[in-house]
Amino acid sequence: MPSDYLPILILIVLATVFAIIAMALPAVLGPSRKTKAKLEPYESGMVPYTDARRRFPVQYYVIAVLFILFDIEVIFLYPWAVMLRQLRLFGLIEMAVFLGILLVGYVFVWKKGALEW
Amino acid sequence: MTAVPTSFYLVLSALIFVIGAVGVLVRRNALIIFMCVELMMNAVNLTLIALADRFGRLDGQIFVFMVMAVAAAEVAVGLAIVMALVHHRDTTNVDEINLLKG
Amino acid sequence: MTLPTLDLVVLLPQLIVLTAALLVLVVDGLSGARSWLLAGISLVALLAAGAAAIWLSLQPGEPRRLQAMAVADGFALLFDVVIVVAAVLGVLLAYQSIPRISQQVGSYYALLLLAVVGMMTMGAALDLIVVFLALEILSLALYILAGFNRSEPRSAEASLKYFLLGAFASAFFLYGAALVYGATASLNLEAIAAALAGGSRSPAMLYLGIALLIVGFGFKVALVPFHMWTPDVYPGAPTPVTAFMSAATKAAAFAAFLRLFLTALPTAQPTWSWALAVLAAVTMTLGNVAALRQRELKRMLAYSSIAHAGYAAVGLVAGTAQGAGAVLFYLLAYAFMNVGAFGVVAALERAGEYDVARGRLAGLSERQPALAAAMAIFMFSLTGIPPFAGFFGKLYVFGAAVAAGWGWLVVIGVINSVISAYYYLQVTVEMYFAAPAAEAPAAAAAGKKGRAVAKAAAPSPAPEEGKAAPAPLSRATAAAVLAAALGTVLIGVLPALLTGWIAQAVQGIF
Repeated sequence: MPSDYLPILILIVLATVFAIIAMALPAVLGPSRKTKAKLEPYESGMVPYTDARRRFPVQYYVIAVLFILFDIEVIFLYPWAVMLRQLRLFGLIEMAVFLGILLVGYVFVWKKGALEW
Repeated sequence: MTAVPTSFYLVLSALIFVIGAVGVLVRRNALIIFMCVELMMNAVNLTLIALADRFGRLDGQIFVFMVMAVAAAEVAVGLAIVMALVHHRDTTNVDEINLLKG
Repeated sequence: MTLPTLDLVVLLPQLIVLTAALLVLVVDGLSGARSWLLAGISLVALLAAGAAAIWLSLQPGEPRRLQAMAVADGFALLFDVVIVVAAVLGVLLAYQSIPRISQQVGSYYALLLLAVVGMMTMGAALDLIVVFLALEILSLALYILAGFNRSEPRSAEASLKYFLLGAFASAFFLYGAALVYGATASLNLEAIAAALAGGSRSPAMLYLGIALLIVGFGFKVALVPFHMWTPDVYPGAPTPVTAFMSAATKAAAFAAFLRLFLTALPTAQPTWSWALAVLAAVTMTLGNVAALRQRELKRMLAYSSIAHAGYAAVGLVAGTAQGAGAVLFYLLAYAFMNVGAFGVVAALERAGEYDVARGRLAGLSERQPALAAAMAIFMFSLTGIPPFAGFFGKLYVFGAAVAAGWGWLVVIGVINSVISAYYYLQVTVEMYFAAPAAEAPAAAAAGKKGRAVAKAAAPSPAPEEGKAAPAPLSRATAAAVLAAALGTVLIGVLPALLTGWIAQAVQGIF
């Protein structure tokens, strides 16, 4: 029923109205004195020394790519972990094979120097 | 609150899929085209989940796990290829990638 | 809870190749590239996998199954053999040229073997999840292989194009699979057929799903209008990769295409066979007409491979056991003759060269008579002239289509064969009757094109320009070309060796 979604509608309206108020009030009430220091991006107290939009060393990308690969394999560990007690030795062997293949990939990546910094 | 009917999910995912497909066709940046492909795949994931729930079966959900793993591998390969190309051509615009005749 | 029993013997060929791929990675990672060792491991594994496939196909009784996921029936195992043929020839061709363009020889062989694993699984898959996984395994490996020449910007570009369009097509395939799942509540091919036997509950979803599956497969086998990547990727990729992928990818994709459409969707056949018939007719015509105008060999062969996808699709349109067997035979013949033709191109190629101008062939019959004779065999076979393999391939495919009542499609196919004779035979004429002098302007033109490319690695107007002496023929390349020529002739002379076996094998998918 459409009326079932009424709470969601109310939430959306409240959130929008609050956001508008929160942004409009300071603009109307507060003084606006822009200085150079205020306009700089916040860098956790560090003084920024260059523009952030520049080329990063390629190693960042290699690490990022490898991270995605090894990270996503965890989704197969979750259902396996839930069922491990029923699967017993069979499940253990299956997962050992799975991780063994990943390990070969890891060793290859390591030996090829992709993790060197 | 009653459950959302399955057809809602199917229509939503069809829309997301079309948005992704149109994005692939109109955007010119290789990375954004790639993100649009990911959008298409995730639209399919939504379809599969909705259908699996409707049928009360697990195979659709398992399919989604596989798609996610494949998509991750695709990201890795795709980013590596884009990096290799930027190394040569210094651009990710597919209109400037034109050494081959098309 | 009862644990599943896994009859892993079903996947024996795949497991052999997978183990070899991991072994290659470990050996390469731990001891550095030793080209002969890595190629040796790959070759032995591929031959062992081929032997395992033949051994499995000779087992009596019902085909063995891995749950409801994969099956080791004659159909899957014969396609394994086709893929092994293409892969063995691909490894032999790579032995000389890959070390010239890359230091990562181990990665090359590992990726090739992983692609083979995916391809073999395509034919054995009984479940849409497995089909999708196999499709992606082979595709991801091939995307990288296409861009394997790191010093050549066109290789990287081919790789990116293949990747973007391939991922796009995979998404279509995936959505098609999801919609078929929605229409039948099953991902298993046989269960889908059973669900459709009593009529579909949601025909709109089913037919949209089938259309999207055709788009996905059409891309992989390069049917027009999903072929745009082929004329760019084939020349851009290193020649051994092109040779391997042109034959093996087609075989694998057609294997899954056949099994999926004939096992799971026979009830919808009147619809999809018409759609495919139109695609096949357009594909044959456009591929051949475009190939006529090409002055470079790899590009010409790329368009010709599009046309051959069209011929093979004719067998699928027929939709009968006869048609499926004809496609299998065609793809085996194609593996020999097309990999062989690319092998000759690889032998003529100079280091760092992007494509081989057809002028390079002029007078080849005097300089390298054996190579010229082999190329002539491949060209005759690709045209479909008896007594070579290609002739019987076409004969069986067209015969099956006529028997199923697709006369007009066969007429288009035959007309196309005549068109294709023009450019295939012209290659032969150039080798045997043209004067070698034609080489100089062609090489100069190729060089000019290369220099126009900004930042391109200097293409090699080699010092021996004009004399047209290619790199000396390595033993591995020669062996590959010789084996391909022998295979082309042998299948052409004795097709009956295979036809009985194939006819029996394809029964399993109905």
